Amino acid sequence: MSDESRQPKASRRAFLTGSLAAGGALAAVGAARAAGDPAILELPDWTTTLGEGVDANPYGMPSEYEAHVVRRNVPWLTADPVSSVNFTPLHELDGIITPNGLCFERHHGGVAQVDPAQWRLMIHGLVETPLVFTLEDLKRFPRVNKVYFLECAANSGMEWRGAQLNGVQFTHGMIHNVMYTGVPLRTILEECGLKPAGKWMLAEGADAAAMTRSIPIEKALDDCMVAFKMNGEALRPEQGYPARLVVPGWEGNMWVKWLRRLEIGDKPWHHREETSKYTDLLPDGTARRFTWEMDAKSVITSPSPQAPITHGKGRTVITGIAWSGRGTIRRVDVSLDGGRNWLPARLDGPSFDKSIHRFYHEFDWDGRPLYLQSRAIDSTGYVQPTKDALRSVRGVNSIYHNNGIQTWYVNENGEAENVEVS
Amino acid sequence: MSRFPELGLILALAAGLQAAPASAGPLGLGRPATPDEIAAWDIDVRPDGVGLPEGRGGVAEGEELYSDNCAVCHGDFGEAVGRWPVLAGGQGTLTADRPIKTIGSYWPYLSTVYDYVHRAMPFGAAQSLSNDEVYAITAYLLYLNDLVDEDFVLSRENFLSVRLPNEPNFKDDDRLQTETFVFDEPCMKDCKPGEPTITMRAAVLDVTPEGDGEGSLE
Ligand code: HEC
Repeated sequence: MSDESRQPKASRRAFLTGSLAAGGALAAVGAARAAGDPAILELPDWTTTLGEGVDANPYGMPSEYEAHVVRRNVPWLTADPVSSVNFTPLHELDGIITPNGLCFERHHGGVAQVDPAQWRLMIHGLVETPLVFTLEDLKRFPRVNKVYFLECAANSGMEWRGAQLNGVQFTHGMIHNVMYTGVPLRTILEECGLKPAGKWMLAEGADAAAMTRSIPIEKALDDCMVAFKMNGEALRPEQGYPARLVVPGWEGNMWVKWLRRLEIGDKPWHHREETSKYTDLLPDGTARRFTWEMDAKSVITSPSPQAPITHGKGRTVITGIAWSGRGTIRRVDVSLDGGRNWLPARLDGPSFDKSIHRFYHEFDWDGRPLYLQSRAIDSTGYVQPTKDALRSVRGVNSIYHNNGIQTWYVNENGEAENVEVS
Repeated sequence: MSRFPELGLILALAAGLQAAPASAGPLGLGRPATPDEIAAWDIDVRPDGVGLPEGRGGVAEGEELYSDNCAVCHGDFGEAVGRWPVLAGGQGTLTADRPIKTIGSYWPYLSTVYDYVHRAMPFGAAQSLSNDEVYAITAYLLYLNDLVDEDFVLSRENFLSVRLPNEPNFKDDDRLQTETFVFDEPCMKDCKPGEPTITMRAAVLDVTPEGDGEGSLE
């Protein structure tokens, strides 16, 4: 195998030049040569030469042509990348599972690089026996596998005052959906023996923010997990390696990463992330606290500003995602005319509790402008509201829990834009 | 550790741990936490004062500690440098167009200040301050918010006597009780009159990355 064939970039250049030359020749010779697509008529390098061997990438990477599919950050949002956020490229994804390397990141003190041999989980407070577990201990409990979405409560928070960011990655990308492997928290707490006075649990991380959140014990015993795998492999460091808390359907900040400690108490702690932050300021100056559940929400991921329609009129696929912190998604409606008329979309793929659902709407586009919206209805009958309905109660300063209906304007050329419509 | 079981044992013995008895739980997993281990990690403080350590510190010491450790990001008066968080002022702005949420204007409990400064600040040197230093800085943050005088000294003993002004303005989540329109039957046809008109475009603001915009994420 030549050195060149080991370098995909070089061979791609060679192919492009080659096909241009072939195109020229085709025009000059006219009907003397077979007419058609050079992608068919000319054999590309990847057909005529050998590819890389099995060990070229011991940990596989996406195609080089997918290099633009990455998490992106909005630098002006925060003072420092160590306490910041980046966003999942939703416009490039399909199905319901988010690949591990594309799950958005939000940390408050950078990514802790925890040595799994030094990792400990301590459980104490109102328990019969305060216990310490190693990672090995954790893996000796019975495990479960569950697909859950994790959405930051501030997802879409920049859009309260109106359309601000041109891309579903930025307006809705603080969400991911992965399969977790871990231990039901109930089983671990039972190992310590809960005292009846224990009504609340404080979860704490081992990172430089020592993130803490208070969680009611009913939730802890219901469906929370301590997870050590995501999509089959170890948690990524930025997702809390080696173990994180999973708090299904509730705001992402509570899913404490690099989990080190669970304390059982009789009252909530009212820590910084449940007072200064993650409380929702209302127009009268009062604020809601403990707004844990993520309301039903949906968004069209394609077309969208980063994923325009490039094929012109005719057969067109609209796709998007929907989720609810209270259950499954019963139905998603799509509107092409800014909410005047709605059609039920086609849900496809597995429907799991508190997981992302995928929807499609296929239609013949006549080339006229579209005002695309989607509306989720969950298994409790909750209907995703309009942004204006939310603003009428909450004003524009509550930052968190903006689950209003998103509008993409698609012009005659298929370019899409983040807008609000009347 | 599992690859070097003997080393783990030596380390455990060196640390003065007894051969760990199995837990009394139904699966026999984990081992009891020692009181010293719990003390080492149990740093949380609650509004009722549970978790506060022994210690005291006054506004004067706090001012010096704050200037040395905090002002570079949060500003000499808690007004913040650049986009770092604002810690003081903002009283009376919660109903304004642009509310300023600080310890004095928004936070409900002083215990949260003590707890957070100790666990996470100074940013990049978490848990480096002594108990007395955290009391002193907490006293100084109260002073910067016009809540105590310059000769105030904060300690575990008088901690609960300080209340933050915005405490009464928090209420538990009532979204499903007050926003009942979310359970209305959704309209499917002719839901709005006329043609759609665009009332706002993100392109006008032009703050999508690489742009320089206004806004905040907390
Ligand atoms: C290097 C810059 C830096 C320094 C120095 C620093 N902080 Fe901070 N501070 C931050 C950042 C960044 C945050 C927000 C962290 C996050 O995103 O969770 C913060 C948050 C805070 C908050 C919470 C603000 C809110 O509204 O929720 C308080 C209180 C605070 N710092 C106090 C202090 C004190 C006291 C010191 C000195 C002992 C200090 N900080 C030193 C950067 C700094």
